[in-house]
Amino acid sequence: MIRVENITKSFDENEILKGISTEFKKGKTNLIIGQSGSGKTVFLKCLLGLFKIDSGNIRFEGKMLKEMNIEERSILRQEMGMVFQGSALFDSMSVEENIMFPMQMFTKKIDSEIRDRANIAIKRVNLINANTKFPDEISGGMKKRVAIARAIVMNPKYLFCDEPNSGLDPKTAILIDNLIQEITDEYKITTVINTHDMNSVMEIGEKIIFLKNGKKAWEGSNEDIFQTDNEAVSDFVYSSDLYKKVREVYLKK
Amino acid sequence: MKILTHIGNYFIMLKLTFGKFTKWKILKQLILKDIDTLIIGSLGIVSFISFFVGGVVAIQTALNLENPLLPKNLIGFAARQSIILEFAPTFISIIMAGKVGSYITSSIGTMRVTEQIDALEVMGINTHNYLIFPKIVSLSLYPLVICISMFLGIFGGYIAAVYGGFSSSADYIEGIQMDFIPFHITYAFIKTSFFSFILATIPAYHGYYMNGGALEVGKASTVSFVWTSVVIILLNYLITQLLLT
Repeated sequence: MIRVENITKSFDENEILKGISTEFKKGKTNLIIGQSGSGKTVFLKCLLGLFKIDSGNIRFEGKMLKEMNIEERSILRQEMGMVFQGSALFDSMSVEENIMFPMQMFTKKIDSEIRDRANIAIKRVNLINANTKFPDEISGGMKKRVAIARAIVMNPKYLFCDEPNSGLDPKTAILIDNLIQEITDEYKITTVINTHDMNSVMEIGEKIIFLKNGKKAWEGSNEDIFQTDNEAVSDFVYSSDLYKKVREVYLKK
Repeated sequence: MKILTHIGNYFIMLKLTFGKFTKWKILKQLILKDIDTLIIGSLGIVSFISFFVGGVVAIQTALNLENPLLPKNLIGFAARQSIILEFAPTFISIIMAGKVGSYITSSIGTMRVTEQIDALEVMGINTHNYLIFPKIVSLSLYPLVICISMFLGIFGGYIAAVYGGFSSSADYIEGIQMDFIPFHITYAFIKTSFFSFILATIPAYHGYYMNGGALEVGKASTVSFVWTSVVIILLNYLITQLLLT
């Protein structure tokens, strides 16, 4: 479980996160939603420890992130998997090498074992005939799958995804969402996803946090989001007529 | 004030580079890859430039020796001195700041822009050590490149002087052996070693700490070339003052 306690973060004079508190439970798909510039990415990078928070606490299984020394932080990071918005695959490595990389860095397994484990992860994300290809030779959807495979190959406790289905067609986006949820259930991972994709919200949002201007404006599940009378959430989620109609149908039921 | 911040950050970067080490098995591969790209990949251009500049130095010296009382072996002597003392170590380093330096800045900068450095960081890898240390190690072979440059420069001078009819072969060879001070070679390699460290670290700094997108990668490469050249020139002056005066 990850517990966030009243965290703030500023860049120069610009306060991006203004006292956010929440918790992300194990085996759940947690979504952070909000408009562009609401602080989602900064929040996610604070959770990852890529940005140092100004005040407040982030606790991983009760341990405070800011009190961890370099060694403890390094161990924690080996328990994290991250899927970046642009996939962040290593250009100079093939698909298989990208997935093998974390194991080569942190395990003492021999190459054949590492390759076998990588191939299990490749199979898990349904990548076919891509092992020897390089990132610039595969599609956006395949890149996301490779990024997910690389993120899960070390059996992480925590999986973070920054807009995992941005730039993908609706069908592939749903496949990626479902894949993340299946993996979360299967491996009992604490998953935190940064998104502004409403399909993701409706499909896999077991817990949703809505950020507005660096503050938590609402928190609930994908069921609650239909019934909320929070104006900021309604403005954001039901900005399109389609979702307004979906909500009407849901409420009539 | 901004420059002081950069200098401070540069030294922090160096400290982190020699911090937690990457697994040797991975590091070895990175070092070999960087030797191939940075050292072997530079041999062609360094050889080409050294050979022809050596030739030009010899021709220009010959054309300036109008007085018949001046011995012809001065052509070889001048070519040797200028190539060993200045041309090979310093000017080749400036050329390398353009070639190798901009490669280092743009490759690390692209990794920053595409979040590959963040991905390494999230995995718990010391990104400074992983990205910069192999470049420092591979560029420690840079004095070998300069050695080749010295040889080809003097050889280029020989070809130009002898086959251009400016000097006899015996005069040129006598010139390159005349009043030879072995310490000049030591001096050249001492400064080359410093330059190799600068060539690896300043471009890496500009790549690692860049912000923005593709356009900024280009800008960072240019800025990195300028600063690497400036530091090489200043260091050249300082080392010369310390070792030769």
